[in-house]
Amino acid sequence: MQERYQKLKEIVQIYLPDDVSADDIQLESNFTQELNINSANLVDIVLDVEDTFDIMLENEDMDGMLTVADALKIIDTKIADK
Amino acid sequence: MEEKACNKIMTSKEILSQLPYSEPFLFVDEIDFVDENGVEGRYTFKKTSHFYQGHFKDYPITPGVLLTECCAQIGLVCLGIYLLKGRTKTSDINENTLQIAMSSSEMEFYLPVIPGETVKVVSEKKYFRFNKLKCNVRLFNSEEKLVCKGVLAGMFKQTSDGK
Repeated sequence: MQERYQKLKEIVQIYLPDDVSADDIQLESNFTQELNINSANLVDIVLDVEDTFDIMLENEDMDGMLTVADALKIIDTKIADK
Repeated sequence: MEEKACNKIMTSKEILSQLPYSEPFLFVDEIDFVDENGVEGRYTFKKTSHFYQGHFKDYPITPGVLLTECCAQIGLVCLGIYLLKGRTKTSDINENTLQIAMSSSEMEFYLPVIPGETVKVVSEKKYFRFNKLKCNVRLFNSEEKLVCKGVLAGMFKQTSDGK
């Protein structure tokens, strides 16, 4: 779990705008509202998540992925379903 | 067979009619080829375009941003319209409910394009997922020489209620 969180943080970090620091990434952080990640970069995060964890996300997953915790939950579910 | 008929290729005219641009900011004349994986189209830069008066003074050359725009309109938007059409079988794409935005561009330029020159844009889809279309684009002059190339991405949003 901790390892997945760490990996996810490393992915998110790449797409942070200049005015947001990696330390700002918390479990409850909202990707677009708090981390200022735009919708195009959120897609990049999802694609990186797919590659890193070897899973596939659907449009519904993307819609429900508002916070870092949401993303982790989706990752856990997808890995469990594999 | 039925499935194939649903995904019938849109004609160049149909795609152009869905474009959300008009003069003086339309940079597509014709779509020569389109399928799931890419698109090819042409545009002739008009000698009379006003920007040639200032870019540059006494030395009219097509601005790189407009070459990029031409690549984006043909390579991203026309392809995006086609791909969306393939995914929405029943309803037509209405230009009023199609929202688009360029999200990233990384271009390299090699040759100038003079007023009146016809260019060809060739675009290959990298992916179209979660409303984001990313493409490798190349723009050639009338001598088939590479003018510029790069990677463009844009977001496509289609809503039935205009939200």
